[in-house]
Amino acid sequence: MSDIGFVRTEMLPEREPPASTVGALGWARANLFSNWFNSILTLASLYAIYAILAAILPWVFSPTWNGASLNNCREILTAAGSVGDHGTSGACWGVIRERWIQLLFGFYPSELYWRPVLAFILLGVALAPVLFSDNVPSKMLIFSALYPFIFPWLLWGGTIWGPIAALAGFVLGWVVYSAVSKTMSSLMGIVLGAVAALVWWLLLSSYFTGALNSILPIGIEVVESRKFGGFMLSITIGVVAIACSLPLGIVLALGRQSDLMIVKYICVGFIEFIRGVPLITLLFVASTLLNIFMPPGTNFDIILRVLIMVTLFAAAYMAEVIRGGLAALPRGQYEGADSLGLNYWQAQRLVIMPQALKISIPGIVSTFIGVFKDTTLVSIIGLLDPLGLSNAIRADANWNGVVWELYGFIALLFFIFCFGMSRYSMYLERKLHTGHR
Amino acid sequence: MKKSVLLGALTVAGLAAGAAAAGTIDDVKARGKLNCGVTTGLVGFAAPDSNGEWKGFDVALCRAVAAAVLGDGNAVEFVPTTGKTRFTALASGEVDMLARNTTWTFSRDVDLKFEFVGVNYYDGQGFMVPKALGVSSAKELDGATVCIQTGTTTELNLADFFRANNISYEPVPIETNAEAQQQYLAGACDVYTTDASGLAATRATFEAPGDHVLLPEIISKEPLGPLVRHGDNEWADVVRWTLNALISAEEYGITSANIDEMSAGTNNPEINRILGTEGTLGEMLGLDNQWAMRAIKVGGNFGEVFAQNIGESTPIGLARGLNAQWTEGGLLYSPPFR
Repeated sequence: MSDIGFVRTEMLPEREPPASTVGALGWARANLFSNWFNSILTLASLYAIYAILAAILPWVFSPTWNGASLNNCREILTAAGSVGDHGTSGACWGVIRERWIQLLFGFYPSELYWRPVLAFILLGVALAPVLFSDNVPSKMLIFSALYPFIFPWLLWGGTIWGPIAALAGFVLGWVVYSAVSKTMSSLMGIVLGAVAALVWWLLLSSYFTGALNSILPIGIEVVESRKFGGFMLSITIGVVAIACSLPLGIVLALGRQSDLMIVKYICVGFIEFIRGVPLITLLFVASTLLNIFMPPGTNFDIILRVLIMVTLFAAAYMAEVIRGGLAALPRGQYEGADSLGLNYWQAQRLVIMPQALKISIPGIVSTFIGVFKDTTLVSIIGLLDPLGLSNAIRADANWNGVVWELYGFIALLFFIFCFGMSRYSMYLERKLHTGHR
Repeated sequence: MKKSVLLGALTVAGLAAGAAAAGTIDDVKARGKLNCGVTTGLVGFAAPDSNGEWKGFDVALCRAVAAAVLGDGNAVEFVPTTGKTRFTALASGEVDMLARNTTWTFSRDVDLKFEFVGVNYYDGQGFMVPKALGVSSAKELDGATVCIQTGTTTELNLADFFRANNISYEPVPIETNAEAQQQYLAGACDVYTTDASGLAATRATFEAPGDHVLLPEIISKEPLGPLVRHGDNEWADVVRWTLNALISAEEYGITSANIDEMSAGTNNPEINRILGTEGTLGEMLGLDNQWAMRAIKVGGNFGEVFAQNIGESTPIGLARGLNAQWTEGGLLYSPPFR
């Protein structure tokens, strides 16, 4: 019995899997060369990638960073020996070296560049508690609420009492609302609060600002809208349109589903009208038609006009995206909220909206990205956004004829922003993925 | 009913606009800045440099007007306008004047209610072809593919020219000059046609400009000039005579170098009247007597402005041609300062 050798008393040690199934080799075998057809496709793709890179990379890595003009770039390239069949081949990066600041800031005074930079850094700070609510103390939300007043002040400058007066309007409206809604109905409170705020903004705040400014002139240098340009302009329009269109879109989406007939048809009419018109038409209205209808001498800032139009445009699309989210919610959610005795706003805030918005995230972010890219359309009405500036830069005799370098640089910057937004939306979806499959 | 209300509103708005436009010169003085509409970028005519400073042939005229009215050639707010927004920008009062390589045509002058105050560049539509094509006249272009910007007068001119000569062509529509350059160089079209100044500027950017020729035919008249709104003759006079002062200054040899010397008084009464040492021409315009002197000083006379921005020593390299003084066989002919 003692020499039954084939009965093992201990486990064999685990062996490494065959080298051909693990690591890079195994991955390549499984994914790239699993059969003859895939192998051919892989080789063909590799060749295509190689051919594209071989054509592009020598062009990209050209020693022309210090070129002073297109002709100077060509001299540098000729000296470096990169001359092809059709003359010199290679990018002329001198134009980016000379103009990148202009492409970022437009004509903003160079000694004040810190202001837009600070505004956009603070934008990150203000967004942090909204975007990453897990990791940031929620007290930061106070700063986020104040930020809409800080942002225009930093960009346009002027007296500090302007944004404070604007803020005071909200405070006043709130005070009136809470006082009235306690004594009378809450609808009266909303109406009277809004009226009080409007009266303050339209009639009184300019006296307030003027008086306080003469007593205590605190302010920073005013920068006119004409000086805005480049990516600063794109980001400003994009951020404002994104930030304003979401709440506006929610209101429109709710209004469209409302039982109140007038509210419903106003919302439907607005959404369908705006969605039925191309953005460029709205921009032309902003830039030319409004000019003619306004009383002469009124100085209605062109960027403000564009901001309003882009925001309205984005809000109409946003409303439909959110309506999609609302429609996807099972009927039981609405009924459940009702059965708990929640009123309309409580139900929306606690039950409906959190779920509807979560469903709509991909659509919302797509709309954001679309709006951000649509900001380049303002070049058609003569605002110098990056694309408009690229044309202006080519009008410099030194850089006439430079095309790909400028477009490449602009495309790269846009890609960074849009890719960032899209990655964030995926993070948010993963974070909020709590059931509802 | 609704229509009439709308029309009524339009009329009121139009009347109000006309009323406000009556005093552009006072508006400009009160504002302390001239709002000048320029292109969003055209080589040699208007472009911002890397510091955001606008430079160019049209820009120089804006600066001259600002210097004449406000005493400072930098007191200009340059408003970039596109081909689509330029006329409404002027009509609505967003800009005080347009110096935006705009062709003086009947309908723009009469129907759109603008006032062209003169011509600062006589242009015309030309053709550029590769030398290898072996063409020496536009009449030999039968069957050619032509790169042409859509929606411009050049498109209509081209159709007229080919029809008048009973030859055919195939248009390749393009949107911008930059696109045209790429298409032409890539061989997508045999011929590129646009204003001759634009062709010269485009050719100058090519790696081998000598491989391309501009054909001798100029198929259209494109007198480019500054314009203001109808009905404000005081302001139109200021812009018109500022342009004339620059032209006359060249004719009489007043340059930015010798202007200080000459403004002390010369024995040529016309020069004295321009520079304000004799007569009261400035007062008649509603300005002071040194207005023309300041306008000339800011960028030099017409010839200096031309040489500096688009002349033969620049990369664009335009010859004076039609834009020479009448004494030298050109069309520049300023009425007398008297």
